[in-house]
Parts: sequence; structure tokens; C-alpha cells
Amino acid sequence: MTETGKAKAMKKTVRAAFVKSLPVMAGYLALGFGFGVLLAQAGYGPIWALAMSVTIYAGAMQYLAVDLLANQAPLVATAIATFMVNARHIFYGVTMIEKYRNAGKYKPYIVFGMTDETYSLTCDGKSPEGIDFPRFAFWLTLFDHSYWIVGCVVGALVGTLVEFDSRGVDFAMTALFVAVFVEQWKGTRRRRPALVGVAVSVLALLAFGPDNFLIPATLGICAVLIGGRRFFETKKETEMLAAQEVALIKEPLASTDATAEKEGER
Amino acid sequence: MIDFSHSVAIVAVVAAVTAGLRFFPFLVFGGKRKTPEVVSYLGVALPPAIIAMLVVYCFRNATPLRYPFALPELIAGVAVAFLHAWKGNMLLSVGGGTLLYMALLQRVFV
Repeated sequence: MTETGKAKAMKKTVRAAFVKSLPVMAGYLALGFGFGVLLAQAGYGPIWALAMSVTIYAGAMQYLAVDLLANQAPLVATAIATFMVNARHIFYGVTMIEKYRNAGKYKPYIVFGMTDETYSLTCDGKSPEGIDFPRFAFWLTLFDHSYWIVGCVVGALVGTLVEFDSRGVDFAMTALFVAVFVEQWKGTRRRRPALVGVAVSVLALLAFGPDNFLIPATLGICAVLIGGRRFFETKKETEMLAAQEVALIKEPLASTDATAEKEGER
Repeated sequence: MIDFSHSVAIVAVVAAVTAGLRFFPFLVFGGKRKTPEVVSYLGVALPPAIIAMLVVYCFRNATPLRYPFALPELIAGVAVAFLHAWKGNMLLSVGGGTLLYMALLQRVFV
């Protein structure tokens, strides 16, 4: 590829990632803003908001971290709380291992920035026609991260300067997940796992209460999906095949690899 | 009292544990050529279930049995779902839903 060709391809990737990141922009600016306000009210200014949004970059956890900071929580308790709230990220990673296997230099940052929202936009492993998926995911992560940083810092700035009513601003996170859920529901035949997710989570919520149900819910969902595998598999097989065919057209080399791998497993 | 160095340590621990959880599966399964079959199966079946779980998570603090009977969450949530099924525009669904919820919370169900 010539230099201009490369630059053109890069421009195309960046633009596509930007467009895909737009819905998260609204959510992250609002959510980050809410966090910044809370943080400022706890006595920590914009510099703290900047440091936390750059290094932690996890929505729900940063909200919880405000409480931890305000109470000067012990470090062991901090570590346990973080583990409980964010353990679900292990499962996000599990679903992306193959999709990012050849991500190379892009991989560390993509993995670092795998938030709920960015994950929900990339978990289908798809990028627009003719655009390299890992590079697309890298830019998408970078855009999302910058919205988050801007939201957090501006929130902390405003929170230190003015009083105002930000109650309810955290609904942005809820709205985003509901919209992603609707999109998945319309777009695929993969409805049974979604129903399993709703049912098991509601049961876990009733059994363990709002503060402790994420881990049991995640484990329960895995157990049901693995236990009832035969029930979910037929759909999966057709989908995998379809996905491989698409990949074959897009990127012959990588998917030949994947097909060989699949065959090796059998 | 806020202690500067302890605060820095709290932020560092949260950041380190979060990053550790995100890198863990890639370090365990990422190096070898082959991922266990059950892991690749979960890779396909889990995402929709996890999104469903996160939706439930977001509604975890709603109070269906006492005032306001989870109505702000329910009304705004249903509005987002309909808006998104109808228009399919994320920005509209998220922005509209959030503003509606804030209005319900601050003006209607006070």
C-alpha cells in the first residue's frame, strides 16, 4: 500500500470508529459528569478525576471508589470490593480471546479499556466493510476513553464551582444497556442466552440482594449455558458458520487459520 | 480526614485490580494457539446473557414495593426500549431516556 493509501485507510478506520462511538459519547459525558460532581462533593478535585478516569476507567467502580475514598477504606477491603464489582470483566475477556488474537500492538490498550460500554459495541467482533477489526476496536476504545475523561474532569470542575441537581444522570448507563439489549434482540437469533441472562440475574438479585448478586448471577449464567449447551448449541453452530463465511470473504488468511483450528479441535 | 497517600493507594489498588481482571483471561488463554472448546462456546453464548445481566444490574436499586414503585425506572426504561426499537438511534435513545428519567425523578415523583 502506498503512503496515501495507508493514510486513507487510517482515516476511514478512525471515522468509522468515531461514528460507532457516538452513542457512548452521550452516555459517558453524562455518567462521567455525575461521577465528577460526586467526587468533588467528597472533597477531591479535578486532578483526582483526571487521574482516576485515566487509570481506573470503570464506570460503576469509580462511583463506588468515591465512597471508598470518602470513608478512607482499608486497602484489602478496597481490593475485595473492586474484585466483586469488576469480576464480570473476566468473562468479557473470555469472549474476546479469539477476536483479538491477532491484535498485536493494539491489544494491551484494547484490553485495558474493555469497559461494559465498549465491550457492548465490540462483542459481536464486527467492523464495517473493509476495516481491520482490532484497529477499529483500538480507535473506538480511545474515543470512548476520552469522552469518559472529559466527562469526569468537567464534572469535578463544575462540582467544585457550582451547586446543582444532577440526580438521575446515572440513568445514562441503564439507557445504554437497554438499547444494546433491544438491538441484540432484534438483530440475532441468539435470544435464548439473553432470556437465561434475565432469568438468572433476577433470581440472583432476589436471593442475594442488590449489592452481592453480580458474581452469583455470572456463575449461574455460565452454569446454565454450559449445562444446557445442547439446547443453545444448534443456533450457535449456524451462527459460527455464517460468521466464518463472512470472515472468509473479508480476510481469507485469518479465517483459514480459524477454520483449521476448529477442525483440529474435532 | 482525607489522607493524601492513602487516597493515592486506594486509587492505585482499584486501578490495578480492575486492569488485572481485564487482562487475566488473555494471559491465561491468549498465548497458546488453542482455546478450550467450552471457552470458545461461552465466547458466543455469553455476551447476550451478560448484557441482559447488566440491564438487571442497572435496575437493582429500584423499589417496586414502596413509593415511587420503580415507576421512574420503568417508564424511562420502556421509553428507551420503544424509542430504540422504533428509531434505532443510540444517541436519541440514551439522551432522551436520561433526560426523561431526570425529569421524572426531579419533577414528577418528588
